[in-house]
Amino acid sequence: MTTEQRRSHGIDISALNRDDKNQGQIETCIKVENLDLFYGQKQALFGVNMEMPRKKVTAYIGPSGCGKSTLLRCINRMNDLVDGVSIKGKILLDNEDIYDKSVNVAALRRRVGMVFQKPNPFPKTIYENVAYGLRIQGINDRHILDEVVEKSLRGAALWEEVKNRLNDNALGMSGGQQQRLVIARAIAIEPEVILLDEPASALDPISTLKIEELINELKEKYTIVIVTHNMQQAARVSDYTAFMYMGELIEFGETSELFTNPAKKQTEDYITGRYG
Amino acid sequence: MDNNKIKQHISRQFNEEMEDIRNKVLAMGGLVEQQVDLATKAFMSFDMESAEKVVQQDQLVNDLEKNIDHDCTEIMAKRQPAAFDLRMLIATIKIITDLERIGDEAARIAKMTMRLEGADFYQDKYYEIEHLLEMVKEMLNGALDAYARTDIDEVIAITGQDAKVDREYTSITRQLITQMMENPRNITRALDMLWTARALERIGDHSCNVCEHVIYMVKGKDVRHLSREELEQTVNASR
Repeated sequence: MTTEQRRSHGIDISALNRDDKNQGQIETCIKVENLDLFYGQKQALFGVNMEMPRKKVTAYIGPSGCGKSTLLRCINRMNDLVDGVSIKGKILLDNEDIYDKSVNVAALRRRVGMVFQKPNPFPKTIYENVAYGLRIQGINDRHILDEVVEKSLRGAALWEEVKNRLNDNALGMSGGQQQRLVIARAIAIEPEVILLDEPASALDPISTLKIEELINELKEKYTIVIVTHNMQQAARVSDYTAFMYMGELIEFGETSELFTNPAKKQTEDYITGRYG
Repeated sequence: MDNNKIKQHISRQFNEEMEDIRNKVLAMGGLVEQQVDLATKAFMSFDMESAEKVVQQDQLVNDLEKNIDHDCTEIMAKRQPAAFDLRMLIATIKIITDLERIGDEAARIAKMTMRLEGADFYQDKYYEIEHLLEMVKEMLNGALDAYARTDIDEVIAITGQDAKVDREYTSITRQLITQMMENPRNITRALDMLWTARALERIGDHSCNVCEHVIYMVKGKDVRHLSREELEQTVNASR
């Protein structure tokens, strides 16, 4: 290898200076404004403000009961289903308040898909699971469905594993495959945002890595918000991290900065495993 | 910055591992300080016994470097440290590289001393560098102190001292050139002295590097390759 070859290994040395790093245009996808949330009398979120950038991965971390899942569920109004919940403040998706009276919640949830901790495929075939979202929209054209199913399964990095058994029952798949199937189901209806509530906590390490790899691919197209108990996972997959504690947003910033040099002591104590 | 930072983990074992690393670095630092002192004094007074001891002890410094490196790697693999813990390990790995180089400089001075054995032209002792020695010892000591206390209040004074060390080195060089021009028979002696002064000056530089790593450890700011003013600004900027 010549000096020239070594030097031209695709690294623009002059661009390595971190201070000059041009972040490009960051566009806000979801904006949370002064959000308070009450479960009955009990306040669970206290004046949360944050802006989640488009086509980036934002991770919520924090101890159990800190409100991170509650906040995540606000983004597609899943909390509406819980009795006694009241919300103050706003969440803007593309500058529109999703809590406005005029909002059609079903339409909102088509734009904001969600995947839960435990994979929850329907007791149907793999094919029908992915096609489900389209079918309830009244799309039954076999060509369109075939195309979307393949595209979604490919998007969820599952196609190669299941292409020969699309008519098998989805419940016969492994946990990791089921989780990716659920992600395929979510992306089949082409949402804008995908919410992931501890998507890998019930999976083995290899399946976890596949999900993480998938998240990295999905952010090309979607804005992703992920709740995770696994801090290393947050550090690996996310571009931005929010640390929450007792219903408050303590710190929100670039993941690389938050994990190496957090601004708040509470954040530092949590991510380094110290007594708070 | 409270200096008990490494003792507050929920995992007591983690505390002990970090504590252990810190103690080893300080032990290595103490040994290196001793090496510098012993080597330079051996050089100034033709003390062959001390010089030999320095050369032998350099192996201990090297062993400590490898040992601490290994410990740091293990903790990273095992515990995926973040924030201060991560910065402390990264800083430690770099600090021990500088300490090991300081050890090498001391060994270099000691070896040079041993070559002087039996030379009859050394009437004068080499007191010119005594002041330089004191200055770099102070710097090294201060750098290790800052590491031990995770406290960067004093580091600006230390990095500031480096400019004085450079001036002293330049002045010694000038003196030696004069001596060499006055009498060619002085040249061998002057060259020995120059190499030793050069080694000490390098030790000052390495001490400054240690200070920079400590600043990174404490503040999370990379202050390498900054001017003195920029460095001061970064250190003084409140978070």
